[in-house]
Amino acid sequence: MSNAELIGQDPGWIIALKGLIVFAACVFLTIMSVWGERRIVARMQQRSGPNRVGKFGLLQALVDGVKLALKEDLIPKAADRIVFVLAPIISTTACFMAFAVIPMTGPVNFFGQQTAMQLTDLSVGVLYVLAIASVGVYGIVLAGWSSGSTYPLLGGLRSSAQVISYEVAMGLSLVAVFIYAGSMSTSEIVAAQDQWWYAVVLFPSFIIYMISMVGETNRAPFDLAEAEGELVGGFHTEYSSLKFALFFLSEYVNMIAVSALATTLFLGGYRALPGLGFTEQWLGGWFTLFWFLIKVLAFFFVFVWLRGTLPRLRYDQFMKFGWKVLIPFSLAWIMVVATLRVLSQQNAPRLVIFAFVFAVALIYLAVTSLVDRKQNQIKKAANLIDGNEPEFPIPAIPTSRVEQLNG
Amino acid sequence: MADELLPRHEEFGLAKSDQDKAPITNQESASFPKQLLGFWVTFKTMFKKVNTVQYPEEKEPTAERFHGRHQLNRHPDGLEKCIGCELCAWACPADAIYVEGADNKEGEQYSPGERYGKVYQINYLRCIFCGLCIEACPTRALTMTNEYELADNTRAKLIFEKDDLLGPLRAGMVPPPHPMYPNTDDGNYYRGEVTGSHPSQGVAKSD
Repeated sequence: MSNAELIGQDPGWIIALKGLIVFAACVFLTIMSVWGERRIVARMQQRSGPNRVGKFGLLQALVDGVKLALKEDLIPKAADRIVFVLAPIISTTACFMAFAVIPMTGPVNFFGQQTAMQLTDLSVGVLYVLAIASVGVYGIVLAGWSSGSTYPLLGGLRSSAQVISYEVAMGLSLVAVFIYAGSMSTSEIVAAQDQWWYAVVLFPSFIIYMISMVGETNRAPFDLAEAEGELVGGFHTEYSSLKFALFFLSEYVNMIAVSALATTLFLGGYRALPGLGFTEQWLGGWFTLFWFLIKVLAFFFVFVWLRGTLPRLRYDQFMKFGWKVLIPFSLAWIMVVATLRVLSQQNAPRLVIFAFVFAVALIYLAVTSLVDRKQNQIKKAANLIDGNEPEFPIPAIPTSRVEQLNG
Repeated sequence: MADELLPRHEEFGLAKSDQDKAPITNQESASFPKQLLGFWVTFKTMFKKVNTVQYPEEKEPTAERFHGRHQLNRHPDGLEKCIGCELCAWACPADAIYVEGADNKEGEQYSPGERYGKVYQINYLRCIFCGLCIEACPTRALTMTNEYELADNTRAKLIFEKDDLLGPLRAGMVPPPHPMYPNTDDGNYYRGEVTGSHPSQGVAKSD
C-alpha cells in the first residue's frame, strides 16, 4: 500500500495530532539547530561556542528565545503597521506549511492506526513546496517594504530578486527528478528511489539543487538580504522582540524544510542507507524516522559548513552565477536527461545511447574550451597573462622589510 | 608563509624571478579545486583543540610586567614608602591620581622623613595604565600589580583610596603610625638598610 492510500484513511484526530507533532518537531529542531550551528561554527573557528546555559550550552537557544520575548516590541513610526505585523507571520506560516507533504517515515503503527508520518500527499507535492516557499518570500519583501526605512527596503528587494532567480534554477533542477520518477508526489519520488538515489543518478541536478537551496533560504554565502556588514540586518533591521524571533524561527525552519525536501528528492527520503534496508522494519517501521533525521541533519551540517567556510558573495557575482551559470546549465542538463529518458523508454539500442552521451560530452568540451579561450583573450587584452606589468599605475613596492616597517 | 612580508631584491616593481615571492601583488584567484580546499580547512579545524580559556573558572597568568592595579609599598618595618611628593599625580597624563601630603609628627611617623601621603586616590575610570606614575615615583612607593579584575557597578567604587591601594602588612611589620627605627634617618630607609622592625617601634605583626 502506498503512502497516499495509507494517509487517505486517516481519521480527523490523527491528522490533527500529526499536524501538532510536525509543528512541535519543527520548533524543537529549530532550537536544537540554532545551538548546533553555533557550536559547529565555533569549532570551525577553534572556539568552544555557547557552553554556559545547561549541559554543553544546550539550553542557550531556549534562553535566547525567552530573552527575545521579554524585549520591547517596537514598531517604527514610519512603518505600515498592519503589513509590518503581518510580514513575520506570513514568513513563519509559509515555512511550516512546506512540511505538510514531506514523508518522514514509511508505514508505521500510530496509536493503533496504520499510517505514515506525512500530513498529506498531494499529487503535485513538490510544486506545492515550491509555491509555499515563494509565498514565504512575501514575508521578507513585505517586512522590508513596510519598515519604512532604507536598509530593510534594500534587503527586501535583494531577497525578492534572489529568490526569484534561484527558484528558477531550483525548479529546473527538480524537473529532472520529475522526469525520472514520473511523479511530483513526494512519497512516490521516495518510492521511485528504492534502487538508486537521485543524488547519484542525477548528480548535476543534485548539485544545482544544493546551491539554489542555499540561495533560497538566504543563508551564507548567499545571505545578501541580511548582510549585516552592508545592510545592518537587511529586512529585519527594524524588527525586535517576538516579531524578530519569528523571522529567526522561519529562517531555521526554512533551512530544515529545504533540507527535508532535498532528502526526499535526492537521498531516498526515509529509506535506509544502501545495504541497511533491513533496519526499515525496526521499531515497527519507526526506525525510518531516524534515517530521515540523519539525512536532514547531514544537509544542515552542510549549511553550517558553508557558513563557516565561505565569505559572502558580491551581489552582481551572485546574480551572474544564478542567471548565467546555474540556469543555462540546468536547462542543458534537462535536455540531456529528457532525451536519455525517452531513448531508454523506447528501448533504443545501447549504441545510440552511448553515441548520444558521447556527443553531449563533446559539445560540453567544445563549449568550455571556447569559453576558456575567450577568457584568455580578455586577459591578453588586459596585458596580464605573460607577467607584464599592468598598464594602470601601481604603487612602488618597498624593497626591504625595514623600509616596509618604516612606511 | 605566503602572505608574510618578504625582503625583495633591489629592483623596484615586479621582477620576474621574484613573482612567486611576491604573493601580495598576485591578484589571480586560485583554481576551483584549490578554492575547495577551504572546506577541508574548516573541517579539520573542528577537531583541533579549542583555543578558548574558560575565563572566570580558569585564569591564565598575565605577562610578568602586565600593568594592573597599583600598589603603595611599605618599608620592611611597616612604614609607608610614599612621601606625598605628588610626582605621580603630576606625571599622570589622564589626571587620575590625587595626592595630599602632610607632615609626619615625631614618634608618630607614617613614613620615614618629614612628609607622608595623607590622601591618596587613584581614579580607575580615568587611569590608562600607562605606568608613567611608576616611573615618576622617587621612592618606589608606587608600583603596579598584575591584578586586572577592576570592574564594579558604581563610579564611586572605582576611585581607590589609600586603604585600597596600600600593600598588606607582612610578618615583622608594625602598623604605622610609629617611630622610625632607632638611630636611622630617611636616607637609611631609602638605601634599604632597615631590614625589619625594632621592639621600640611597637608590636610587630606575627605569622
